[in-house]
Amino acid sequence: MKTYILLIATFLTLTGCAYDNFEPPKSTFEGRLVYKGEPLLMQSANVAVGNNSDFPVFLELWQKAYNNRSSIRIPIKQDGTFSSLLFDGEYKLIVPNGQGPFLWKRTASNTPDSLNVTVQGSQKLDIEVMPYYMLRNPKMSLSGRKVSGSVSLEKVITDATNGKAVERVSLYVNRTQFVDAGNSLNKADLAGADIKDIANVSLTTADLPALVPAQAYVYARIGLKISGVEDMIYTPVQKIDL
Amino acid sequence: MKKYIFSLAVLFSLTTGCKNDSEFLNIKSTNILLIDEVYGDPRLVLSAATELYNRIPDFQEPGTGTISIFALFDEAFSSGDYPRHQTREYDYVFPGINNPEVTYWDYGYIREINLFIERVNAATKLSAADKARFVAEGRFLRANVYFELVRRLGGVPLITESLTYDYSGNAAYLRKPRAKESEIYDYVISEFEAIKSILPKTPNEKSRATYGLALAAKSRAALYAASIAKYGVNTPTVTLPGGEVGIPVARANGYYQTALEAAQELINSGQYSLYQKAPDLSTNFANIFLDKANNPEVIFVEDYKLQSGKVHSFALDNQPRAVTEEGERGGRLNPSLNLVQSFEKLDNTFAPLPINKGAATDYIYYDKPEDLFAGRDARLRGTVLVPGDLFKNRSIDIFAGLILGNGSILSGDQLGQLKMVNGASVQVVGLSGPIEGYDGSAQSGFYMRKYNDPVTGSGQIGTMSEVWNVRYRYAEVLLNAAEAAFELGQNALAAGYMKQVRDRAGLTKALTPSEITFDRIVHERKVELSFENHILWDMKRWRLAHVVWDGSNSDLTTLPGKATEPSTRVFSLWPYKIYDPGGPNHNKWVYRKVLSGRVTQSHIFRLGNYYARINDGIINNNPTILRNPNQ
Repeated sequence: MKTYILLIATFLTLTGCAYDNFEPPKSTFEGRLVYKGEPLLMQSANVAVGNNSDFPVFLELWQKAYNNRSSIRIPIKQDGTFSSLLFDGEYKLIVPNGQGPFLWKRTASNTPDSLNVTVQGSQKLDIEVMPYYMLRNPKMSLSGRKVSGSVSLEKVITDATNGKAVERVSLYVNRTQFVDAGNSLNKADLAGADIKDIANVSLTTADLPALVPAQAYVYARIGLKISGVEDMIYTPVQKIDL
Repeated sequence: MKKYIFSLAVLFSLTTGCKNDSEFLNIKSTNILLIDEVYGDPRLVLSAATELYNRIPDFQEPGTGTISIFALFDEAFSSGDYPRHQTREYDYVFPGINNPEVTYWDYGYIREINLFIERVNAATKLSAADKARFVAEGRFLRANVYFELVRRLGGVPLITESLTYDYSGNAAYLRKPRAKESEIYDYVISEFEAIKSILPKTPNEKSRATYGLALAAKSRAALYAASIAKYGVNTPTVTLPGGEVGIPVARANGYYQTALEAAQELINSGQYSLYQKAPDLSTNFANIFLDKANNPEVIFVEDYKLQSGKVHSFALDNQPRAVTEEGERGGRLNPSLNLVQSFEKLDNTFAPLPINKGAATDYIYYDKPEDLFAGRDARLRGTVLVPGDLFKNRSIDIFAGLILGNGSILSGDQLGQLKMVNGASVQVVGLSGPIEGYDGSAQSGFYMRKYNDPVTGSGQIGTMSEVWNVRYRYAEVLLNAAEAAFELGQNALAAGYMKQVRDRAGLTKALTPSEITFDRIVHERKVELSFENHILWDMKRWRLAHVVWDGSNSDLTTLPGKATEPSTRVFSLWPYKIYDPGGPNHNKWVYRKVLSGRVTQSHIFRLGNYYARINDGIINNNPTILRNPNQ
């Protein structure tokens, strides 16, 4: 009797768990949000574990294979790139309502238009979008402990229905490479109404406070807040030696 | 012998044999009550109603395990549970109920309320008066849950009868689309209006629906609808074209009128009045929440009772560490300097607390730590325990360190730590801290007084607290009336209602009608109703949430009376004791404003947060449900 039990037990250990394990997703889907090939830079995602809408800007992927659908959220990093590990399959990609400093195509019923994405092994995809503005020729300089920056705003969407005004331009300075409206040591703001020439906007911060612990460099970035649009668009992060 | 046995057997079989089968199998259960039995006895119907009352969703409440919900915004620092201070965005699903990560979508609860109403209506053994009251209570609970839904999600499917599935394999006929936001508010308001005269006029009944509660809830609901209509124009993208989110601006005045009339009806009924029993105004304010004996102000509560199993751990988790009754427990919620400095001065002006003359180390010296807070709104010290206060008749002992004669700071990393200074052993930190990152120490420099139970034993795990959760009270109704009157241009009326609330707080210099402004209305609710589950809903309906929690890492405002000032991070105020024997300032007190190292992110309330996300599972089940805007 005991032998039989032992045999059965051995058999069970050998065969167990064959059906309930999935292979983990292996295909990397990555790319950038671009306008004419140039990436759009935005705010970094401060990702809290297990909290999947804590992203300033994100895309949504919907896998088509199942009836019960729920979105996969992909955060956009501050350099405009995104990446996600996925199962192979057919997906639809959308930019949800109100995300990003750009215009995403809409369907006739005024929902976000979708893009078919087929994932078969790792792949790269640059997604062309239409930004409201682009920031050109950012220049940063330092005098004393004040950081100055200048930038030229290019209004991309100019028509009356979709075009938006400038709410403000801001220069942010921070200790780390994460520099944006939520992460800054020092900043300077210039309201849209005070901008005389959008092709030539310059700002200067107040004196930087003493850095503790001491650090001989800071990072700076210029951001543009478009009125009625939540997410800002930024220039590349620039390191400034003090 | 055999004969006897035989005859006995015959006797038994003739007299005691089996009953017929159907009766034998049909035994009355001893542990389950059937529907007919429940709805045949008013005491059992009340039990069923109690279960439904218990499921009212409170977003912020002094219950067990929900302390950190109070620290989601700028009212408090959560001492020991820091993620909210280190997270920038709010989840789009937010707020659910207690757990902010789940959409509040409790149609199971609505179904049971509908069934309750239908069963009471169908009951034959209840008296007409009992039936009328229970049905009205069921309708109150149903209107209340729709109010909870609409303020989280906007318009939702309006289901007012129990739905039955026909097992046809196709459930599509049970799918109801979202109603308009205004339709849900209209439904809620009309239900409260319809049941008010059926419900008893018993102001001492605090745990069940009453006439007063129906009116208070009606004025609150109408006020919400009115301000969404009026201030929704500031956030044009927070709307849906079908009206599921957003209310036309043209309806604002009508709703304000409804809110004012409902509040006035309650005020003029004379059933409730402001709580004014203790001579000390701060103690009086704290006692509104503690005094259960003939409390004239409280309208509706969730009640708790010691030794009944229904107790909560608010006092256990919030007792000052210096007087803790349970080892390492206490001090979890630390009111912020942002809130504390909002309490105005007795001359009706606003000012930051005078802690220095410009530079942070150019201190202003105080003889006693509580002197800094003198001459302010009495509600300050009724809401918050400040350094120098007593709790349970003992000193709460809050100070961050000593400042020595040479200006250097001596502090420690243990509560009440002693160190040697010039050969003498001196206490260098208060028994309640504050110590940076020390869980439960007064990391903001303050502790909670509102809802904090001062009864001995409330801080013990084995006893805990029976302080009730106040959901509606008369002061809010007065402020509802004041706000509605102000928005309707009746400033003199508004000033009259504001005066009652402010007089009770010791602000005896009345505001003139021209001094009643939107900022004043916002501010009055902020200080009167802090920690009472109002801040989020108020900021949402005024469309101020994305302005105040704007994601900028701005400094503490110097204009605490201004409604639109950003307040994205919680600041602390740490007291220090001067230790300079022989020096002029020895044993005097100074203060420093501090931003805790645990506060690393500034809150941003996105446009997509105004209406919570309806999760994909719900939309899969019912594809007619539209998603909320900006998510």
